[in-house]
Amino acid sequence: MLIKKSADILSSEITDKRTYLSRREFVETAMGIVGAAAIMPGLLLPGAAQAGTRLTGVRPASPRAPFGTDEERTPYEDVTHYNNFYEFGVEKEDPALMSKNFRTRPWTVTVEGEVNKPAVYQLEDFIQPHTLEERIYRLRCVEAWSMVIPWVGIPLADIIKRFEPTSKAKYVEFTTLHDPAQMPGQRRAVLKWPYVEGLRIDEAMHPLTMLAVGLYGETLPNQNGAPLRLVVPWKYGFKNIKSIVKIRFVEKQPTTAWMVAGPSEYGFYANVNPDVDHPRWSQGRERRIGEFLKRKTLMFNGYADQVASLYAHMDLKRYF
Amino acid sequence: MTQQEWIERVIKPTLFVVCLIPLALIAWDAFNNHLGANPIEKIMRRTGDWTLRFLLITLAVTPARQLLNLPWLIKLRRMLGLFAFFYAFMHFTNYIWLDQFFDVDEIIKDVIKRKYITIGFASFLLLIPLAITSTNNMVKRLGGKRWQKLHKSVYFIAIGGVIHYLWLVKKDLGDPLIYAVLLAILLGYRVWQRQRKKSLEKEQVAMSPVRSG
Ligand code: HEM
Repeated sequence: MLIKKSADILSSEITDKRTYLSRREFVETAMGIVGAAAIMPGLLLPGAAQAGTRLTGVRPASPRAPFGTDEERTPYEDVTHYNNFYEFGVEKEDPALMSKNFRTRPWTVTVEGEVNKPAVYQLEDFIQPHTLEERIYRLRCVEAWSMVIPWVGIPLADIIKRFEPTSKAKYVEFTTLHDPAQMPGQRRAVLKWPYVEGLRIDEAMHPLTMLAVGLYGETLPNQNGAPLRLVVPWKYGFKNIKSIVKIRFVEKQPTTAWMVAGPSEYGFYANVNPDVDHPRWSQGRERRIGEFLKRKTLMFNGYADQVASLYAHMDLKRYF
Repeated sequence: MTQQEWIERVIKPTLFVVCLIPLALIAWDAFNNHLGANPIEKIMRRTGDWTLRFLLITLAVTPARQLLNLPWLIKLRRMLGLFAFFYAFMHFTNYIWLDQFFDVDEIIKDVIKRKYITIGFASFLLLIPLAITSTNNMVKRLGGKRWQKLHKSVYFIAIGGVIHYLWLVKKDLGDPLIYAVLLAILLGYRVWQRQRKKSLEKEQVAMSPVRSG
């Protein structure tokens, strides 16, 4: 019989994640260690991290923190079992089922293009210099549903500064791993593989933009884009490219996978905008997962105060 | 039991229950919380799938009975067609009720502006007269010829259903294309039959003494 030794199971592992997190927040606030956590350097990403490993040294989110929200978080089960990740199949249930054996170690991230310090990093070295923080963001899918997710990650700007982009770096292009042996969805030409996404450099440097390595306080489950994914909360979900292996700084606007798939339906910017409908369906409302009635979609997914200035003189109907 | 009794007492009741299984499974999953994170979307999809499947099954009756030489299959067609309507009705009700929650403005906008909703809605509307005229009484009142003519619209309904599906998917056309191919086969069979009949008639005409004389 296989009976796990119970001595080395942390209480966090046997407590429902939602209860646990709120409890943890309470405890941390009560003990006044929020500040301490914030200055605690580095993180302890274990060498053989797998989905579900607790991340340590994470600066916790608080509703009062910049960009914070006290909206109810979407349950862990839903965040991890209702996914669009076509590399593992086109149905929402596919990624959780098909990514079980996906190997995220060893993992390298190639940084190239218009930077002074191009390099190929081991994931651990890529992340090591930074403090992980928790950010609770809304996620709005182009299919008109939404979630609230407590990500763990690093502001992308902090990472980009390390590479010293040149003055020619006008855009950042991200690429997902291309490995049909491990990613069965890539054996069919549903999209042009590998998946490519991009941001304008000012979007990439915006303090809201982050690279996530975890959610709900743990390393990313494979189906959520392990080990490293982009999170840009004012854009539609498909901009949040998953399982990133390459970051390239370029002068010209990259052509993204979805722009290739449907140029009239998916633009480069893909900002959440209730006034610009998808050609085939309305973007005016969304269903928050777990809620019954649809709710109104907010301009820039509710982050207009932070990001509207990025697009001040742009015709958002044209640059959709 | 005569064949007639066998069909009425065994086959039809069994088929009736079998046709309710998809609905029972949806209800079961709903009850057990197995519809996933977005249950309304899931119900929308499963009822939509079954509407289209029942339409195709109904359209398969004629080829099946001719090719397999099972003429009595025709006796099941009405029930299958009515189940297509039943699942369409569920699909539509789910849309009006759970998905849009009776938001009439939004529904009207959707039906007008969204091509895939427009065509789905048109298909559903076209199904209603077919359901209403499905009784023996109505067949008699209309007369066989007119009834048949009216019920030919099921071809357009099925084509509409497939286009509805093709237009609503984001990118992966795989599933709707499978339905498109199946429908093409079922409609192609009818075209082929008609051609064959025509050429048979021509041959008969050509061979008749009146013509040759
Ligand atoms: C004969 C009539 C109809 C047929 C055969 C049909 C069939 C289908 C099929 C096969 C799907 C896709 C299911 C899947 O993705 O697995 C679907 C989805 C859908 N149908 Fe219909 N439909 C019909 C009528 C309607 C009507 C009248 C409406 C609304 C007024 C409607 C609204 C929708 C919507 C909104 C979806 C998308 C569900 C989602 O993915 O969120 N349909 N339908």
